[in-house]
Amino acid sequence: MNALRPFVTVAMVLLIAACSKEKQAAPGGPPPNAKVVDESKAGSVSGRVTIDGPVPANPPIKMSADPYCMHENPNGATFENFVVDNGGLENVFVYVKDGLGSYYFEVPTTPVTLDQKGCRYSPHVLGVRAGQPLAITNSDDTLHNVHALPKANQEWNKGQPLKGMADQKVFTAREVMVPFKCDVHNWMHADIGVMDHPYFAVTHDGGKFELKHLPAGTYTIEAWHEKLGTQTQSVTIGDKESKDVTFTFKAPAAGTD
Amino acid sequence: MNWLHRYAKLVAASTVLLIAAGGMVTSTGSGLSVPDWPNTYGWFMFSFPMDKWVGGILYEHSHRLIASTVGFLTVILAIWTWRVEPRAWVRRLGFAALGAVVLQGLLGGLTVLLLLPAPVSIGHAGLAQLFFCITLALALVTSPSWRAPQAAPVDDAALRRVATATTLLIYGQVLLGATMRHTGAGMAIPTFPLAFGHVLPPVWTPAIGIHFAHRAGALLVIAAIFATAVHVWRHHRERRELTRPAILLVLLVCSQATLGALVVLSGLHPVLNTAHVVNGALVLGTALVLALRAHRIAVPAVDGAQGKTRVAETRPSQSALDPLRGLGGARQ
Repeated sequence: MNALRPFVTVAMVLLIAACSKEKQAAPGGPPPNAKVVDESKAGSVSGRVTIDGPVPANPPIKMSADPYCMHENPNGATFENFVVDNGGLENVFVYVKDGLGSYYFEVPTTPVTLDQKGCRYSPHVLGVRAGQPLAITNSDDTLHNVHALPKANQEWNKGQPLKGMADQKVFTAREVMVPFKCDVHNWMHADIGVMDHPYFAVTHDGGKFELKHLPAGTYTIEAWHEKLGTQTQSVTIGDKESKDVTFTFKAPAAGTD
Repeated sequence: MNWLHRYAKLVAASTVLLIAAGGMVTSTGSGLSVPDWPNTYGWFMFSFPMDKWVGGILYEHSHRLIASTVGFLTVILAIWTWRVEPRAWVRRLGFAALGAVVLQGLLGGLTVLLLLPAPVSIGHAGLAQLFFCITLALALVTSPSWRAPQAAPVDDAALRRVATATTLLIYGQVLLGATMRHTGAGMAIPTFPLAFGHVLPPVWTPAIGIHFAHRAGALLVIAAIFATAVHVWRHHRERRELTRPAILLVLLVCSQATLGALVVLSGLHPVLNTAHVVNGALVLGTALVLALRAHRIAVPAVDGAQGKTRVAETRPSQSALDPLRGLGGARQ
């Protein structure tokens, strides 16, 4: 038996190496029968998210718990519950909820950044691909902890006690949305949409959004807002066709934050 | 021995402060504001700079420091008790306190590292109250009045039963409260005294069930405490060591019910919420003191000594006990 031991050891090492290689290779390539989008025929869905009715004022943030945060916000700060520009609602996550079928999309390797600056998350709402790195940076000269509260992904809580610290995390499963909070500064909040395709956007500049390079098809488009919930619309586009879509949320009754 | 008794009281009082600090951590949602343990953001716990005690860190880090202090005080208490205490069961109680505080520290660390799983956090909250009970019991049984032979000890089986049942019921209620806090069910029924305008909730979810059980449990606890107090008043009115904790118990449970209502009506105000937790510990502790005094006759003052005559009727004691001032300390 002793004579066989080196062979058994080598065989086991090779087996483990083979298994590891197979595991690493799996997420890289497209699955069988996957389709790839033909960019030359792709269209787009663009539009705007608006809000109807009087918009509640964002309540002020009490930052007295941390003198640094007070110093960084000399004129005070308010929550970002409703960011409205010319009737357009910003910080709305718009994405293709359904209809893509079996298309395959490369996962970008460039990280998406979530920064902590002035004791706020910047941006307040963003999207990232499942498998794409999410860089979390601390531009503040104070302690933060980054506490992600996903349901479909792994929860984590990481402290960043010093200015300039950065961490990278990767979400593995699609999830709309993943809330982020800082347990040190309880007003800090961000939401991240984790998608398994590239068709998502966050409204900006008066509530505008655009979902580019969409292949022809019928899609369910969803608009998500942190206080107003979700709305969906069905949109059909043909080859090289662009469609305009408007989502209109009703402003909440007074007293609702 | 008097100094040991005084020291045990100090540890019990420190534990109340520790429970208050822990209560503020949960009430302000600061349980994960320091994500590492036993270090604090990489610093050794005791060298963490004070200018960084901001936001939720203030509550969580203070809790850890107070817990460390109580742990250190408990080590001394266990050693001191072991060295000077002639009763083996009291020495064991000292080490039970030490074991409880060590386990409590580990549970506290574990709940942070595992991102506050409800069972661990509930266990941490439940053990905190048990540890407080142990320190309180140590303070009581090391008191001069407990150790002195009693000429006419109380021998009332009914009192022993009702006081023990009340104490256990209160502890069950404390665990229910902890479950409610750590499962986020504190506002599952946002109205008071009715539940959504009804006596019984019109809809049931696990959170509503836990919340409602805590409210129903409160009614049971109030009934049990009043039953105990009425029994003491009717049968042992002259025994101040029993009437004092009984009256205190009634006052504390009334405060507790009021605080519970205010917690809901204020939308879980952190200070009110914490006051409810601390007052709950005091209700439990007072009930324990009363129950232990009811059982006093069954426990030898010193190992092997009985030294007392069982009497059914009681009479005024010269060593009247004050639950606030002496935890059993005789007026000498």
